[in-house]
This record gives sequence, C-alpha cells and structure tokens, in this order.
Amino acid sequence: MLLAIGSVAIMGAALGGLLGAAAKLLAVEENPLEVELLGMLPGAQCGQCGYVGCGQYAAALAKGEASITACAPGGKPVIEALAKKLGVTADMDDHEEESLQYAVVDESLCIGCMRCLGECSVDAIVGAAKQMHTVIKQECHGCKKCFNICPTEAIKMVTVPVTLSSWHWHKPQSDQAVH
Amino acid sequence: MSVSIEKSGPFGHAQSSVSKTMSTVLVALLPATLFNVWLFGWPALLMFLITVGACIAFEAGCLAWQDRPVKSALFDGSATLTGWLLAMSLPPWTPWWIGVLGAFLAIVLAKHIYGGLGQNVFNPAMVGRVGLLVSFPVQMTAFVPPKPLFTDGAPSLIDSLGMVFGGGLSNMDSISAASALGHIKTELTKGVPVSESLPQVFDLTSMLTGMHIGSFGETSAILILLGGLFLIWRGVISWHTPVGLMGTLFVCAQISHMAAPERFASGTFHLLAGATFLGAFFIATDYVTSPISKKGQLVYGMGCGFLIWVIRCFAGYPEGVAFAVLLMNALTPVIDHHVRPRTFGRNSKGEPLSVKGDGK
Amino acid sequence: MKLFPIRGGIHPEYRKERTAEKAIVSFPTPAMLYIPLQQHIGAPAEAVVQAGDLVKKGQLLAKGVGAVSAPSHAPTSGSIEAVAEITAPHPSGLPQLTIVLKADGKDEWASDLPAPIADPFAASPDEIRARVAWAGIVGLGGAAFPTPVKLNLGAQLKIHTLLLNGAECEPYLTCDDRVMREYAGEVLDGARIMAHTLGAGRIVIAIEDNKPEAQRIMRDATKAFANIEVIGVPVQYPMGSERHLTQAITGLETPARKLTADLGVVVHNVMTARAVHKAVREGKPLLSRVVTVSGGAVQDPKNIEALIGTKLSELVGFCGGLAKDARRFVNGGPMMGQPLPGLDVPLVKGMSGILALTSAEVNERPSSPCIRCGTCVTICPCGLVPVEMAAVIRKDHLDQAAHLGVMDCVSCGSCSYICPSHIPLVHYFNYAKGMLNAQDREKRRLDRVKHLAEARNERLEKAAAAKKAAAAAAAAAKKAAAEAASTSTADNRPSA
Repeated sequence: MLLAIGSVAIMGAALGGLLGAAAKLLAVEENPLEVELLGMLPGAQCGQCGYVGCGQYAAALAKGEASITACAPGGKPVIEALAKKLGVTADMDDHEEESLQYAVVDESLCIGCMRCLGECSVDAIVGAAKQMHTVIKQECHGCKKCFNICPTEAIKMVTVPVTLSSWHWHKPQSDQAVH
Repeated sequence: MSVSIEKSGPFGHAQSSVSKTMSTVLVALLPATLFNVWLFGWPALLMFLITVGACIAFEAGCLAWQDRPVKSALFDGSATLTGWLLAMSLPPWTPWWIGVLGAFLAIVLAKHIYGGLGQNVFNPAMVGRVGLLVSFPVQMTAFVPPKPLFTDGAPSLIDSLGMVFGGGLSNMDSISAASALGHIKTELTKGVPVSESLPQVFDLTSMLTGMHIGSFGETSAILILLGGLFLIWRGVISWHTPVGLMGTLFVCAQISHMAAPERFASGTFHLLAGATFLGAFFIATDYVTSPISKKGQLVYGMGCGFLIWVIRCFAGYPEGVAFAVLLMNALTPVIDHHVRPRTFGRNSKGEPLSVKGDGK
Repeated sequence: MKLFPIRGGIHPEYRKERTAEKAIVSFPTPAMLYIPLQQHIGAPAEAVVQAGDLVKKGQLLAKGVGAVSAPSHAPTSGSIEAVAEITAPHPSGLPQLTIVLKADGKDEWASDLPAPIADPFAASPDEIRARVAWAGIVGLGGAAFPTPVKLNLGAQLKIHTLLLNGAECEPYLTCDDRVMREYAGEVLDGARIMAHTLGAGRIVIAIEDNKPEAQRIMRDATKAFANIEVIGVPVQYPMGSERHLTQAITGLETPARKLTADLGVVVHNVMTARAVHKAVREGKPLLSRVVTVSGGAVQDPKNIEALIGTKLSELVGFCGGLAKDARRFVNGGPMMGQPLPGLDVPLVKGMSGILALTSAEVNERPSSPCIRCGTCVTICPCGLVPVEMAAVIRKDHLDQAAHLGVMDCVSCGSCSYICPSHIPLVHYFNYAKGMLNAQDREKRRLDRVKHLAEARNERLEKAAAAKKAAAAAAAAAKKAAAEAASTSTADNRPSA
C-alpha cells in the first residue's frame, strides 16, 4: 500500500518536474500559429480588415477574435487558407468579392496637402507639398486609405477594367447536378 | 435571330442522350424478358408490369415532391430500367405487394434519398431485391417450375389476376421448387455432397436455353448473353466488367471444384446458375454505381465475381449476385480514387515525364 | 510507315463536303479594313500610324512589343481613319484598339519592302527568322502563336523533325486542305525554309486520311526530296493537336509542362508554311489568309482568300448571306473554336473558319444529371477524368481541380461533345483555367504589393532611425556644446 502510494507519488513528482522543466526550456517566444497565419496574409498592410496591419490581424485571428473574411486584398483564396488552418467553416455569404480598384487623383481638386502620401502603404503616390499628386496605377492596390483621407475628395476609386487578356469564362449557368 | 455567346464550345454534339442509352439497354433486355414471360406465363407478366409501373410511379412522386421536372426525368428511362431489372430478379410468381414494396425500396430508399439519378451509391434494383429477400425470405425463394403460356397447367389470365392480387399464391408451397443453387445448398446442409446433388439439377442444355427454375429474368443464359453482346457492340457497356466478373467466378469455382468436388460445384455450373449472366451484363454494369474507368471496371468486376463465389459457397444464402454487387458498390469510390487513367505527359503518380527520346 | 496510337478521341460529324471541293476564291479589297492590334498570343502590337496618315500596301501599321508579339501591315493602300476601340472577334465581346483603314482602291505597294531572299538555304537562320518576324506571321492553324518564336527553338534545342500539320481534324474546315491542293509548291517551299531555319533534317507532312486528294498532291510534290515524307494519319479527333500528332508520328509523349521541341519536334501549320514562303521568297508581309466560311446557316459555303481586317459580315455576304437563322457564330472549328459576338468583327490572322451554325447543328440541350457512364474518361485524349474535375469545379474547389489535372486539359471539346447528359464539361474547365490563371496573376500582384509595403516599412524605419540618430546627434552636440561652453567658461574663468 505504502509502496504503491510512494512509487506513484515519486513518479508524479518526477514527471511533473520534467514537464515543468520542458515548459521553461522549450518555451516559444511567439505564438507559432500567429506567425503561420501572418505568412498566409497578403502583407499589404492596407488596414482594410480594421486592424493596423497584417501582424495585428494575424494576432487577432490566432486569438479567435477576428473574422476570417475580413481580408479584402487576399480574397477568396486567403479566406479558404485561413479556414483550413483554423479549422473553421468559411461563411462566404457575408464576403463580397470586390473587383479590383485603383485610385486616381483629380488634378483640378488636389491641393497638394501630402496627407495621402503618408497613408499609402505601398508608396504608390508621388507628389510634394503644394504640388499636384499622382497615383502610380501599376503599384496601387486599391486599399482606399487615400480615398478616405483626402480632404477635397480629389481621389476617385476606379475599377480595373476587364481586358481581352484578363477576361475568362464565367462558371456555366446550370442548375443540374453534375456528379 | 438569337445568337448567343454565353457558352463556350464545342458547338456541336453527338446524337447521344441519357434516354437513348437507357432505351438501348431496354432493347437488349427484351429477348430474355419475352422468353421468360412465355416461360412463366400470366402471373409473371403481371408481376413485371406491376414492378415497372410502381417504379415509374414512385419516381414521378419523388420528383414532384422535390419540385423537380417530372416529365423530362420520367422520359429518360432510368426508372423503367430499374423496375425492369428488379422484376427480372424476383421470383416469377409473387403477390403484387412484393413488386410494389421492391419498387419503393429501389426508387425511394436507394435512389431518391441519395439525391436521385446519378447520385445513388448502391444499385437500386439490387437494394430492392435484397431488402425483399431479407424481409420476406419465404415469398422471395418460392420459385415455380416453368409453366409456359398456352400449355397445360399454365394459369389463365383470370386465374393469374386472382393469384397475384388475391390470396391465390398463399399455398405456393404445394407447387414451389428450389432453384439449382438453393437445392445444392440445402442438400449440402443435409450432408449430401455436391457431387451427388449437382447432377439432379445441372442440365447444360436447359440452363443455356433457360428452361429451368429461377428468377423471372435470369434463366436464359443465351438470350442474356445476346443482349449483353448487343450492348457491347453498341458501345453502351465495355467488356471489362462482365469478363472480370465471369472470369473470376469461373476461376475460383473451378479451382475449388478440382480441389474438393464433393464440396464445390464446377465453374461452368456457377456461370450458368442463378443470376450470373444477368448480373455480369446488366446489373454490375450499372453506370451510376460502378467505377468510371475501364481499368476500374475490370477490378470491380473481378471483385464481384470473387464475392459471388464466396457468398454462394460459404454464406447462408444460396445466391450471391445481389449481395456481391452491393458490396462492390460500396467500394466504387475507392476504386475510382485509386484506379485512374494516366494523364498525358505524366507518369502514374502524376509527375511530369522526364524528357527522353532522341531529342538530344 | 508505322504510326503510333493516340488515346481516346472521337469521330464527330465532319461536314467537310460542303466546301472541300470548292476552289479558293479571292475576296476583292473591301472599302474599309479593321486591323486589331492584338491578333496573336502575347503582347498587343503598338500602332505606329495615326488618323489621317496615308499608307501604302505592306506598310507597317503596328509594331510588335516585346519578345512574344507580332506586327501588322496595311493590307492595301489608303488612309487611316482612326485608331479606335472596336469590338474584338473574341467571346467576351470586349472592344480592343483597332486601326481603321479606308482603302483608296489603288492597291499600291509600299516602295520600301525588303527584297526577296534569293537562296534562303544559303541564308542564316537568323536572317530567315528576322524576315518572318518582320512579316508578322503567326500560327495560322488557329492558335496564332508568333511563328518566329517557334522558329527560334532550333537555337536552344536540337530539332530533328519539322512536323507540318495538315491534319485539319476540326469539322467543317477545309482551308488547309484547299491550300495543300492548290499551293502545294508554296507550302513545300515554306516548309523547307522552316526546316532549314530550325536545323531539322527531316520533314513530315501529316494529313488525315479524309483528304486523299491533298495527300496525293503533296506526295507528288515531295517526290524529289528524300527527307520529306507525307504521312496519312487516321481520322480521329483531336489528331491535329500538336502533342497528339507528335505522338502519332514519332511515338514520343511530350512531358507535361514541356514543349514538343524538347523531344526534337516542332509543329507548324501548312498555311503558316505558305506565309513563310511568301515572306522569304517574295518579300511580302502577311496581309491575307484563306478562311472557310461554312455552317448550315450559310447560303453558299466557300473557301475565301481575304485581306486581314475584312468584316466577317462582308465575307458571309460574299457567300450569299445567311439562308437560315444562325444559333452560333464561331471563329474557327466547332470543337475548339470560340463563339463570336456577331459578324460585325474583322477577320484576323488566326481565324481558320467562320461558321454560322443552325440550332440543329449545334444540338444544344439543357444538361441533365451525370449518369457516370464514363464515356468522357474513355475518350479523353489527355487521360483525364472530366466528370470528376467538373464535379469539383462546380463546387468551386479549384485547387482540387488543379490537382486532378485541369491545367493538362487541351480543351479539345471531346468530352462535352459526347456527354449523353449534355454537361458543359469543357466550359467548366475553361472557367477553372481562367480562374486559376487569374489567381496566379493575383498572387503575383500581392507578392509585389507585399514587397512594396516592406520596402516602405524599411524606408520609414530608416527614416525614423535617421531622425532618431539626428536627434541624438543634435542632443549630443548640444550637450557637448553646452559642456564645452561650461568647461570653457570654467577654464576661462581662472584665466579671465
């Protein structure tokens, strides 16, 4: 009896000590899930998700505080990847796939206040104080930050047009089961 | 003028359709069916019409209930074919409710619960047959010796109506007989070796022509073979499933027969007895529940053949086609997943081929 | 010669008899010509003329941009009316930049055309390639891939065979057939020039067995050459697919994501060979092509040699117009051709057929559930499982579709053609390919955005660090100055 209690107690103490030591020795500084999630995000730092940047959004996701459908530039592929990683079902219904846009500066309205330059996360706006600003179309990723901050509403968002090279067939309109 | 560009090519289509495929199968079944109607008389014809009619009615009901187009789906012929095959696998003289219940099991339970045409996992006709067999073993094993139409002893139409719809079939015991497979199994349980019981029921000529006891549509090996060859010629089915099934069954049976003739019947007997031919050409080849690739169909056919032999020789039931087909149905997705054609330019693992040839 | 079997395939209704015996007729120069800037795979050409310019026949209108592109030349003399957005002969019905040329009726050639290359076999491959590139030649079988790029393959790889594709496996089309019959000499000469450019010792001309007359004429024409063979290939769609034809002739299977050139075989269309002949021997750019105008709705189907840029409505009008209601207008053959938004679009270089098909010919029906008959698996020439791919694409599981090999599909259309349930399988695959390509582009774009964002962060950090350093330096300097001042005062005090 005593022997049994004693041996179990010793085993418990030894294993518990081992676990405690392991927790200390093998401790991970960062949440590994967070790092992995961050890798899946586009990294545009656009802030359209409502967080300051991709890192903060990843942290919120890891804690289960943020919706996985919040990333606009990532679109459906990112939502699917996040859903798979986090083991949740993606509710695509509340996610509207927006067509890609880019910002254009109306030359007659721009007062050269430089506010948009500070907002742009990809340095796609060029200009100097009191000078007309302009957007480099190829670099703009349509995050709308400049659009929102412009005091004179000189910035318009324009949908990137479908061209012969970007056009592709839509999904067949068919109600019938295929398989 | 309505020119439309909403659809990608091709802009042309073969003159093929689901209903055409189904009607080809029905045409192939016709010789054996007509022969067996003659062989088993009015009660069999009534049973056949009841079963097919009930299947069509259940199909229409299910479609209407789901708000799906009834007319187009009914004309595709799939429900008719299911009913037809179910009827062919039932004993020729059965009360009306056997056919109706079988149709319910086949169409509602096995087909529409899974989502209708193309969605079902298990062969509907065989689900119907097996459901009936395990629920009503007496009625489902009450076979009658052939009583051809317009011969002495064949029941008239009026008698038959009474038999099928009234209680006329309740005293079947007095006229019923066992099928060849059933006879051997019963005798074996009594301790009579196969080598003794087999000659009592095995007559090559009658089994080929179909003049013997069995389910409504399965007796005539020659006419079913004819229908099967017609289907292969028309390109509706390929040889893979039938050859895989019959080849494996024959080989297994023949080897065991040579090893222990008093315990196992010969390969030839297994091929001609029961529903082997019907199963090989018409039941195991069901598109929806069998693998889609030719290689897969060969594997599937071989699996069916092996299971038929195992069930017939070792299980409680004398006949194994329906069980074997249902068991292999369950494996169809697995076979489809693992047995697939090799993609052009890739090896069987899906990796691009390496450049060899004399290009350098 | 022993041929090698190809997997699957179908035997559609060919309906070639409508035009097969009709000799090529020339369409007179129309009053207006519309020359789109993108008539080829690759980057669109760039217009070098503007409205009001007067141009001569053969003068450069648009120059190629980048490595994969092709220039366009004035099909006749006249004045440039506009460079404007005009509906493209494309299923999207989208507009594209098009040069509008008003013919002056004089058909005067430009004076600065290059001289014919008298002996191309003495010329360097580079000289021939430059000439072909100048002429704006693209694959005339339908793919419209710039020919000089394909002729350049000999520079990187050892090419042993030029495979001249005269299979013409698409139903209705007979333009390759007619070109082989009527211009055998030009086709052959072009092929020899191309083989010389590629460094290929052997030329094989493959013609499907439903064109016995073309086979006979090409055989007669090639008698004098020991290294040229005319091979009849079985009538089996899609025999004209580059990879499948290569396999049928050589037995070699082109690995996925590789070219037939990696096996030492380059495939060119017969009409392309004729265009090369004209560019090299006559110094003429590609200004016209032979096109089959057919289909049940066309009154009098024909093979027409017409200038690039001619409106299709004029060509159909030349064939007596439409006798019946057309359900579909198709650019190319019915199997792999693209639907046209209408006939108010111009003839482009890659257009091998203009079909006006009746609803009976198209035989469209609403799709019904798949019965898993497996015919699509049996006939797929690429060894794919179309039914499975369509099922996952229907649920938008595009990554699974990619895993099942949708990108290996050549869109030959056989599975859709044969499906008893009329499921638009190829449409599903085209959709999936388009989406996967778009996702790929999107991924590249996001990578670039990420790169830019990181660059900005780095810049901001650097700026902040610099600012901090500057502030620290300033503070230090201030402190130092203050200290210096205090020390100096301290030092100075005694001395003061």
